[in-house]
Amino acid sequence: MFDVHTALDGASFDGAIRVAELTGQGMIALRGDLGDATLRDAVSALTGHDIPAPLHAAWSGEVTTVWMSPDELLILLSYADAAGAARDLQGKLAGIHALVHDMSDARSLFRLTGPALRDTLAKLTPADVSPAGLPVGMARRTRLAQVPGAFFLRDAQTADLVCFRSVARYVFDLLKTAADPAGRVGYFEGFPEP
Amino acid sequence: MSLRLSTGGRLIDRATPVSFRFNGRHLKGVKGDTLASALLANDQMLMGRSFKYHRPRGVMAAGPEEPNALMGVGRGERFEPNQRATQQPLTGGLTAQSQNHWPSLEFDVGAINARLSRFLPAGFYYKTFLFPRPAWKHVFEPVIRQSAGLGRPPEGPDPDRYEHFNVNVDIAIVGGGIAGLQAALIAGRAGKTVLLMEQTAQWGGRAPVDGDLIDGGPAQAWIDAAVADLAAMENVQMRRETMGAGVYDHGYLLAHETLSHGVPEGPRQRLWRIRAGHIVTATGAIERPIPFAGNDVPGVMLASALRDFVVNYGVAPGKRTVIATNNDDAYRTALAVLDAGLSVPLIVDARPEVTGALPEQVRARGVRVDAGTAIAKVKGGKRVEGVAICAQDGEGAVTEEVACDAVAMSGGWSPVPHLWSHCGGKNTWDAAQAHFAPDPDRAPTGADGTAFVTAVGAAAGTLQGDVALGSATARLAALLDVSADAPAVEVAAEAPLAACWMMPARASYELRSKMFLDFQNDVKVSDVQLAAQEGFVSVEHTKRYTTLGMATDQGKLSNINGLAILAQELGEEIPNVGTTTFRPPYAPISMASIAGEARGEIFQPLRRTPMHDWHEAHGATWEPVGHWRRPYAFPRSGESVHDAVQREVTNTRQNVGLLDASTLGKIIVKGPDAARFVDMLYTNLMSTLKPGKCRYGLMCNENGFLVDDGVVARLDEDTFLCHTTTGGADRIHAHMEEWLQTEWWDWKVFTLNATEQFAQIAVVGPKARDLLHSLGGMDLSKDALPFMGWADGTIAGIPARVFRISFSGELSFEVAVPANRGRALWDKLVEAGEALGVMPYGTEALHIMRAEKGFIMIGDETDGTVIPQDLGLDWAISKKKDDFIGKRGQQRSFLAADDRWRLVGLETLDGSVLPDGAYAVAEGTNANGQRNMQGRVTSSYHSPTLGRGIAMALVERGPDRIGEVVNFAMTDGSEVPARICSPVFFDPNGEKQDV
Amino acid sequence: MLTLQCPYCGVQCDETELTAGGEAHLTRHGPGSDADTFEQYLFLRENPRGVHFERWRHSHGCGKWFHAARSTTTLRVFGTYKAQTTEPPQQIRDAISAVHPGWSWRNFGETA
Repeated sequence: MFDVHTALDGASFDGAIRVAELTGQGMIALRGDLGDATLRDAVSALTGHDIPAPLHAAWSGEVTTVWMSPDELLILLSYADAAGAARDLQGKLAGIHALVHDMSDARSLFRLTGPALRDTLAKLTPADVSPAGLPVGMARRTRLAQVPGAFFLRDAQTADLVCFRSVARYVFDLLKTAADPAGRVGYFEGFPEP
Repeated sequence: MSLRLSTGGRLIDRATPVSFRFNGRHLKGVKGDTLASALLANDQMLMGRSFKYHRPRGVMAAGPEEPNALMGVGRGERFEPNQRATQQPLTGGLTAQSQNHWPSLEFDVGAINARLSRFLPAGFYYKTFLFPRPAWKHVFEPVIRQSAGLGRPPEGPDPDRYEHFNVNVDIAIVGGGIAGLQAALIAGRAGKTVLLMEQTAQWGGRAPVDGDLIDGGPAQAWIDAAVADLAAMENVQMRRETMGAGVYDHGYLLAHETLSHGVPEGPRQRLWRIRAGHIVTATGAIERPIPFAGNDVPGVMLASALRDFVVNYGVAPGKRTVIATNNDDAYRTALAVLDAGLSVPLIVDARPEVTGALPEQVRARGVRVDAGTAIAKVKGGKRVEGVAICAQDGEGAVTEEVACDAVAMSGGWSPVPHLWSHCGGKNTWDAAQAHFAPDPDRAPTGADGTAFVTAVGAAAGTLQGDVALGSATARLAALLDVSADAPAVEVAAEAPLAACWMMPARASYELRSKMFLDFQNDVKVSDVQLAAQEGFVSVEHTKRYTTLGMATDQGKLSNINGLAILAQELGEEIPNVGTTTFRPPYAPISMASIAGEARGEIFQPLRRTPMHDWHEAHGATWEPVGHWRRPYAFPRSGESVHDAVQREVTNTRQNVGLLDASTLGKIIVKGPDAARFVDMLYTNLMSTLKPGKCRYGLMCNENGFLVDDGVVARLDEDTFLCHTTTGGADRIHAHMEEWLQTEWWDWKVFTLNATEQFAQIAVVGPKARDLLHSLGGMDLSKDALPFMGWADGTIAGIPARVFRISFSGELSFEVAVPANRGRALWDKLVEAGEALGVMPYGTEALHIMRAEKGFIMIGDETDGTVIPQDLGLDWAISKKKDDFIGKRGQQRSFLAADDRWRLVGLETLDGSVLPDGAYAVAEGTNANGQRNMQGRVTSSYHSPTLGRGIAMALVERGPDRIGEVVNFAMTDGSEVPARICSPVFFDPNGEKQDV
Repeated sequence: MLTLQCPYCGVQCDETELTAGGEAHLTRHGPGSDADTFEQYLFLRENPRGVHFERWRHSHGCGKWFHAARSTTTLRVFGTYKAQTTEPPQQIRDAISAVHPGWSWRNFGETA
């Protein structure tokens, strides 16, 4: 779709880590009783994996599910699929109390890669981003400087970071500043991954 | 004269000269020097002038406790005042200036104050500038302002970068001396994550200077091995040039890292925000000066500092050093001075008998040690020329004069208790060592009620190397429940000190008025005594009255001596007088490091709508709303902002306008109890709203005051879409969640803040329908989508939800599309609308059009004390509901009073525009003699539609006074008359919007 | 700078991730309540030196409101618990009693 523009049109930056806004990214917000069997089945049917444990993300294929709160999930999938998938999911959950909404345009998603990943995050968030505090697969909603944000590690050198669309430029500029190669800290780079 | 010695200097590299400038002169130091050591090497003893008396001052210490050698360092935008020369590394091309003098350091007019010192006693300002009162404004304050302040601010914006760094560790250790290193070794071996910080560039602290032997070898060898061991541990991180600045609740520690030697374009300073399971303070101790007359003459310094300069930097303040002491440690300075080939003509020891091992060692090298003696007076002005000797137990009768060019003084050592004390750690008086030391039984406690700070080493009052390492080992082992052995330390045994708060003990007033306690603020023994005589018994009050300890060094040298003098004068024991409060930071840190990355483009988050770039490219002037930037107007080339706004209003009323309404809050409320919930949230009856329809609603807080408004659309039987104000989206979403989670938690309702999912464009004006229809898609005819209805469909191929609502009184459609496609729709509307005369309009045109219609704006007509009834919105308050948030609040008697200020419109008699916020005056004055008021302007504009000024106002009993003329006070004292009218100025029957 | 554990998601929150929400365990009084009762609900608050019950929201996180029992003097935290309750759980009361025998706060506390 040529007239679809993400907040930064896929901007990227190479510094101590690579920061790239992902385009073509869709998102579905789901609020409901995460213990409900109907809900769990419907979500698994869509995502291809079980609902992640609290404070975690799970993924398979092109679909990722992020645990946002005890009654909220964020499903990451392709932008083209999101609206239809949201409608299908809402249909399957019609009989239970749940809220499904296509939120593909509400947030921006950045892919962060490189060995200085944890050091870069540590400049912006009070969350514990040490290997013990943020193991691969754990998801944290927290503060990034002055705005809310969430992130999880796909592997030791790859993280996905989500923020609201309106502050995508601010968060991108923050990450660029934090990932300036001249500001290398070298703190977590030596830490052993558990 | 001070000089560079031919040998020695463990921290310098003599082979690498470094050029620098001091007060315009070109000087040379060597690599590894501090600014202070390099100045001493150039015989620059005089390093500054004191604050009050402008007395000539030299360097007193060798670390962060330095009170005198404060410099302005750098040039232009990188200039920094008040930098301690003792901590400033000497770098090539460094420029430094001494402070607090005019016209020059050598000749300073302000020094006249010293001659007037008899007339500048403690509390001088309080006593002198009381009367006559008018003199304050015209005489006292201007004069005081001229002479106040230390240093000058830098010029221009700071070109450097700063950042924060957040870490969570098990054990944070402040101080990299031998006790800190030992603590880190134990914690590291126990598998804890450890962050070890040292404020200087070297590990090991004082031990290498003091010559301790550890594990049978020189201290340096043990230090090197410990550092290597720690560096090999993956769970231990070590940072030098990182100062522990403050300890806060629940294990929060701030540390300040200087990156002066880092990559030039990198950050200059880094503020570490550390969450520690436990904090170990290994911050060492600071030597106390001895109050004797002339103890501030350049050339007088702490014995340990003199030793540091000789051993670390190979410089000495003089060739002949007299030492004044009350303890054995100062004899180490004598040995260092003798080893450097310099002479010690005399050691003045206040103790009646001097028999310790160190004094004996010094005596054996032929040095004269006089027990029971004191310095009566230091001779010299800008540098030491000699000392007059007297008996300690006397009034100061001079027995002898000794020529010298340096004086080393030691009154004993005090632990650095700052970090321990910041969060409530208490200190106990140790009479044997004459200092306050952290009391392990009264440590600061954390979230679980247990101690979260442990002091070790000299900071714990264990001053000697052997006990320092022994107790550090024992404390860490106990803390971590591990076993650990302390290395063996060989140190010379020290005989007890004898507390010496004044030399000589019964000094005359003349001598006491030359004995300095606080060097930076020029507080003398006589000042503290005077304060005590005048009735100041609390140490906190005395501090403020005399300014003792209130300079940039925060009393690091003066604290204990000052309160000892106060205790003596009050006839109290020192522990009964107590200490002043220790507050962060330990030493000053820059404001820039506190701001961190928040500057320039990322000073604040700036929220951008999907159409932001278009607005920017088309010359929008901006109105900040929360963190959003909304276009205020789109002035064209050569057009004023005012004219642009007038044009935008007229064009929208005559043709068609586009407004970026994406910032409006959009909250989805869904569930079987959603209708019940929105009935509680809004004053209106929302549950009767039919799917497909919209209704304007009001939200109040429990006080009954109006907090937000917006259009509610019912999406289906159990789903509502609640629009909020731009600034209200996050607040109202939080408000909803608060009630759902904490009051009605059994109600089945979910909310979702979908504000940013949608770009929303208001297409407004008589040609709005034509414009939208020209893009193809939904049928937006009056029958298909009546006023106050909404529908889903597509416009220009983009999935859209269209709301037929109006905030302008015109035919109006608000079109919501996925945010990522908002720009595309906007572009299409602009392109297709060209033939229809489409123009974008900003928030000011929006405001004018809503004011012409008498629509209220949250934040203009409301201020947190206004109820909907004040605004004539009774029609939006359901009488059928038993309850809604704010209903009970609105029933309070004073809110029902008929003299409340209520909403009306205003027309000035002359057609002018009233100033926003202007007050309507009434007869008479209030109890304060101020003019009585009867109302105020809440919104005021020039209406291009009516060709005159219009205003909305809250006026006492306003709606009952239509037609009456009231006067509004201007800031110049004049009054402007305006007639009270209906707030609906335009199309009162709403015919234009419903076509 | 407090840290409090969110009882919903388990995160040990930094104070900057939280929003303070004032006193806990207020009983709402709406239409029909008399002036004194309404004043009590709307305005009158405890200001204790010692044990206190507060509301916090994990606003930069899972978004949930929770309650915390802590000492206003020592900042000791006796525990956090979910907000869907009208009184502190026994476990929290016991934790307070262990440190402050005989404590009382509004109508809660140890019955002497």
